[in-house]
Amino acid sequence: MSLQVTDLRVYYRTLAGDVKALDGVTLAIADGEIMGLAGESGCGKSTLGNSLIRIEGRMKHVGGEVTLDGVQLPIDDQRDMDHFRFAEVSLIPQYAMSALNPTRKIGKMVGELLATRGVRLQDAREELERRLLLVGLTRDVLDRYPIELSGGMKQRMVMVVSTLLDPSLLIADEITSALDVSSQRAVAQTLVEFRDRGFVKSMIVITHDVSILYQISNTLAIMYAGKLAEKASTDVMMSRPRHPYTRLLISSLPEIGVRFEEHRLTGIPGTPPSLLDPPSGCRFRDRCPLAIAKCAEEEPPFVELEPGHSVACWMVS
Amino acid sequence: MRRYFGRKLIVYGLTFFIAATIDWLIPRFMPGDPVQSLVSRQGFGLSPEGSRALVDYYNRLFGLGHPVWEQYLNFWVSLLHGDLGRSVFLTGRPVTSVIMSALPYTLALLIPAILLSWWAGNSFGALAARRKWLDNVVLPIGYVLTATPYMWLAIILAWVFGFILNIFPIAGGYSFSLEPALTWTFIGSLLSHWFLPFVSLFLVMFGGWAIGMRNMIIYELDADYSRYLNALGAPSGLVRRYAFRNAVLPQVTGLALQLGVIVSGALVTEIVFSYPGIGKLLLASIQNEDFFLLQGIFLFVIGGVLIANFLVDIAYVLVDPRTRVGMSGGTA
Amino acid sequence: MTAPKPADATPAAAAPVDTRPGGAAMTGAAMAAPVFRASETVGRRREIMYFVLRSRKVLIAASILVVLIALAVVGPFLRPGDPNAFVGPLAAPPSADYWFGTTTFGQDIFAQFVAALGSTFVVGLAGGGLAAVIGVCVGFVAGYRGGVVDEVLSMITNVVLVIPTLALLLVATAYLQARGLLVEAAFIGLTSWPWAARAIRAQTFSLNSREFVDLARISGVASPRVIFGEIAPNMSSYLFLTFVLLFGGAILIAASLDFIGLGPTEGTSLGLMMYNAVAWSSLQLGLWWWFVPPGLAITAVVGALYVMNVGLDEIFNPRLRES
Repeated sequence: MSLQVTDLRVYYRTLAGDVKALDGVTLAIADGEIMGLAGESGCGKSTLGNSLIRIEGRMKHVGGEVTLDGVQLPIDDQRDMDHFRFAEVSLIPQYAMSALNPTRKIGKMVGELLATRGVRLQDAREELERRLLLVGLTRDVLDRYPIELSGGMKQRMVMVVSTLLDPSLLIADEITSALDVSSQRAVAQTLVEFRDRGFVKSMIVITHDVSILYQISNTLAIMYAGKLAEKASTDVMMSRPRHPYTRLLISSLPEIGVRFEEHRLTGIPGTPPSLLDPPSGCRFRDRCPLAIAKCAEEEPPFVELEPGHSVACWMVS
Repeated sequence: MRRYFGRKLIVYGLTFFIAATIDWLIPRFMPGDPVQSLVSRQGFGLSPEGSRALVDYYNRLFGLGHPVWEQYLNFWVSLLHGDLGRSVFLTGRPVTSVIMSALPYTLALLIPAILLSWWAGNSFGALAARRKWLDNVVLPIGYVLTATPYMWLAIILAWVFGFILNIFPIAGGYSFSLEPALTWTFIGSLLSHWFLPFVSLFLVMFGGWAIGMRNMIIYELDADYSRYLNALGAPSGLVRRYAFRNAVLPQVTGLALQLGVIVSGALVTEIVFSYPGIGKLLLASIQNEDFFLLQGIFLFVIGGVLIANFLVDIAYVLVDPRTRVGMSGGTA
Repeated sequence: MTAPKPADATPAAAAPVDTRPGGAAMTGAAMAAPVFRASETVGRRREIMYFVLRSRKVLIAASILVVLIALAVVGPFLRPGDPNAFVGPLAAPPSADYWFGTTTFGQDIFAQFVAALGSTFVVGLAGGGLAAVIGVCVGFVAGYRGGVVDEVLSMITNVVLVIPTLALLLVATAYLQARGLLVEAAFIGLTSWPWAARAIRAQTFSLNSREFVDLARISGVASPRVIFGEIAPNMSSYLFLTFVLLFGGAILIAASLDFIGLGPTEGTSLGLMMYNAVAWSSLQLGLWWWFVPPGLAITAVVGALYVMNVGLDEIFNPRLRES
C-alpha cells in the first residue's frame, strides 16, 4: 500500500478569517512504514492526521489530494469517505480514553460497529480476543462498561477496536500524551507490534514528543506552522538533521550520559507565527538563527537533498 | 444499589419528617395566638362566652393544653393512624376522606399528562435536533410554552375552546346534571371535562421536555464517543441511537426535579377549571381558613411527591446500566 | 468512596434546571465553558460585547424586557392614583380612555397592569436574587471544600430540593396575616435555590481540579484570592446565567402563589389579577381583556429571560455558536 499526499491544504473557518492550519503538505508513505509526525502545538500535524480520516466541524478542504493504494480518497464527501473509514483508514484518537460509549457494554458496542460493516461479532470474536490478549486485556473486558476500566485499559481497547478490520493506514493521534513514561513505552511497542503482525500496513504517529518517535518510527516528518520542515529516515534525522528547526529540536532533547555542565539544554526562543495571517517567505525565519534576507521574501520549497531526505530551507538546499 | 437507595430513602424520610414537623410547628410559632386569630376571624358576632367556648374548642382540637412534646407525639401518632384531623368548613368530615375523594381527579390529570408529555416532548426534541426546519419550529414554540404560567394557558384554553367555540365544558369534573354511574354518558362527560385541563398541563410540560431533549441530543452528538464513531465511518443512525439513549438519562432525573413544579401546575390548573381535584380543595381551604384541611393537603402533596421521586429513582436505575455496575463494584 | 452517581456526573443533570421541565439541558453545555486568565478579560469583554450586539436572540429578548420594564416604571405616571379605584364603566372592553378595558367593578385594567408589572419585577429580582445568593454560597462552599462539608450541604440541598415549593409556601404564608411583597420574595428565595446550588457545586468541582487553580495554590495564594481571583472570573458567566433562570423561575412561582390567593395582602400583581379575573367569572362573561394581558406579560418576560439565557450561553460558549 502506499499513501500519497499532494499539496494538501486544509483551513479552519473562524469569524476572524481562515486559519491556514495545513498549508501545502506533500509526502509519501510506503508499505510497512511507520512515519512519525512531530512539531509544536499548532503546527498542523493533528490537522493533517484528521484530514486523512474525517474533515468535520470548521475544517475545510481547500486544495490538494490524498491517494491511498492508488485510489483517491474522497476526503470532502462524508458519505463516500465512510467506505474507507475503519476498513482502509483508521484512527486512534487523542481522546481515546473517552471514546467509548459510557452506557454500552464494550462488547456490544464493538458488535454493533462491526455490524455496520457487515461483519458478525461471532465471526470476528476469536481474532478480537486474540488481539485483546496481545494488548494485555482479558476477554471479559467485553462484558464491561467503560466506567469499569482504567484510562490505560480504555485506550488499549480503542487501539484494538480501531485496528480490528486491518486498515491499510492507521493514524495515531497523540496517544502517548496522557500517559506516564512506562505506559508510553508499552503503547509505542504495541504500535510496532501491530505493524509487524500485519494488522496495519502503515502508520502515521502524531506526537509532540520526538523521543518516542525515535524508538518506533522508520521515518520522521517535522512540521512547522502548517508546512513541512524536514522529512527523513529516523536515523538520518537524529544524526544529520539539516533544517535549523529540526536541529534546535533535537538539541533540546536530553541525552543519557551527558551532564549539565558539559552541554546545556536549550529551548527554542520565540513562538510560532499566527496562522490567520502567516508571514511571507519562510515561516520559521523569526526564530531561525540562520535566517537571511531571502527567507523573508520567498518561501523555501520542500526539496529532496538526498534520497529519502527532504528539507525546506534556503540555507540548506 | 443498596447504598444508592439507602441514601435516597434517608433523604426522603428526613424530608418528610422535616416537612411534617414544619407543618406542625407553623401554627404554633407564628406571631400571635393562632387560635385567637382564628376565632376572631371566624367568630365575629359571637358573644364573649361564645368566643371563649370556641377558643376552648380549638385549644382542645389543637391539643394546646398539653405540654409541647406531648402535642408533638400525639401529632405523629395520629398521623401514622391516617388521622389528619377534621375539616372545619366541610362540616367535620375527616380530612383524610375529603382528600381521598378529590385525589383520583388530580391523579387522572397528572399521570397521563406527565407520562405523555415526557414521551412526546423527548421524541419531538430528538427529531428537532436532526431536522433544521423542525428545529426552527419546535424551538420557539417550546420556549413560549415553557415560559407560560400553567394557570394562564388553562385560562386561554378554557376561553377559546370553552367559551368561544363551546366545544368543551369549563367547570366541574362531570356534567352537573348527571349522577355518577357506569354509563357511557357519564364516562363521556368525565372525559370531556377532563380533556381541557389535561391538554393544558400537557402543553406546558411538552415545551420544556422538547427543548431539553433537543439540547441534550446536540450535546451528545458532539461528545467524544460520537466523534469516534463518526471517525470510524459509522452510519448516522447508529450515532443518533447512541446519542438518544444517553440523552434520555438526564431527562429522567429532570423529571424527578420537576415533580414539585408539575404538581403546583396541576393545582392551579384545576382551580381555573373548577375541576374537583386537590387544587380546588386547596383554594377552598385557603378561602375558608380551614387549617386542618390545608395542612392535610400539604402533607399529602409532600408525601406524594416523595413517593413519585422514589419511583423515578427506581426508573433511573433501570435505565442507566452504569448504576447497577457501579453499585455492585466493578473492577478498576 | 461513594459509587459514581451518573445523574450527577452528566453535566446536564447538574447544570441549571430552571423551574420548568427540560430546563435541565438548557445550559448543559455551560459546563464546558472555556477558561480564561484574568489578564485576558479585557479583550474577552470586548469580544463578548461584539457578539452580544450581534446575537438576534439576545437583542430581541432584551428589547422585550426593556419595553416591559419601561412600562412598569413609566406606566404608573400615565395613570396616577390607586390602580384599584373604581373609575370607569363596568366590564368595558378596551377603548381610547381605558386601553385595557375595565373590570367588573369598573377598575382600570391598564392601571392595575402597570402597577402589577412593577411588583412582579421586584418579586422576581428579590426572590431570584436571594435564591442566587444562597445557591451560590452553598454550591461554592460544597464544591470548593468537598469532604464532610460537601456531604452535609448536599444532604440539605437534596432535602430542600425535594420539597415542593408551593406546598411549603402554602402552609407558611397561610398563617401570616399581613404579607408583604418582600415576604413573598423571601419565601421564594429560601426555597428555590437547590438546583442552583447543585449546578454551582458541579461547576466549582470541575474548575477546582483544573491546573491553573492548583498552580495558584502551590504558589501560596490564599484561599479567598484563589476563589475570587481564579475560580470566580471563570464562572462569572455561569453565575449570571443561573441568576437569569432564577429570576424567571421566581416570577412563575410568585404568579402561582398569587393566583391561589397567597400573595401579598396589599398591592397588586399579575397573578392576583388573574385570580380576580377567574374569581369574577371573566371566563364565563368573555372579558378577555382582563385575563389576557397579565398572563401574556408573564409569558413574555419569562420567555424573554429564557431566550436571553440561551443567547448568552451561545456567546459564552463558542462551541454552541452557529458560524
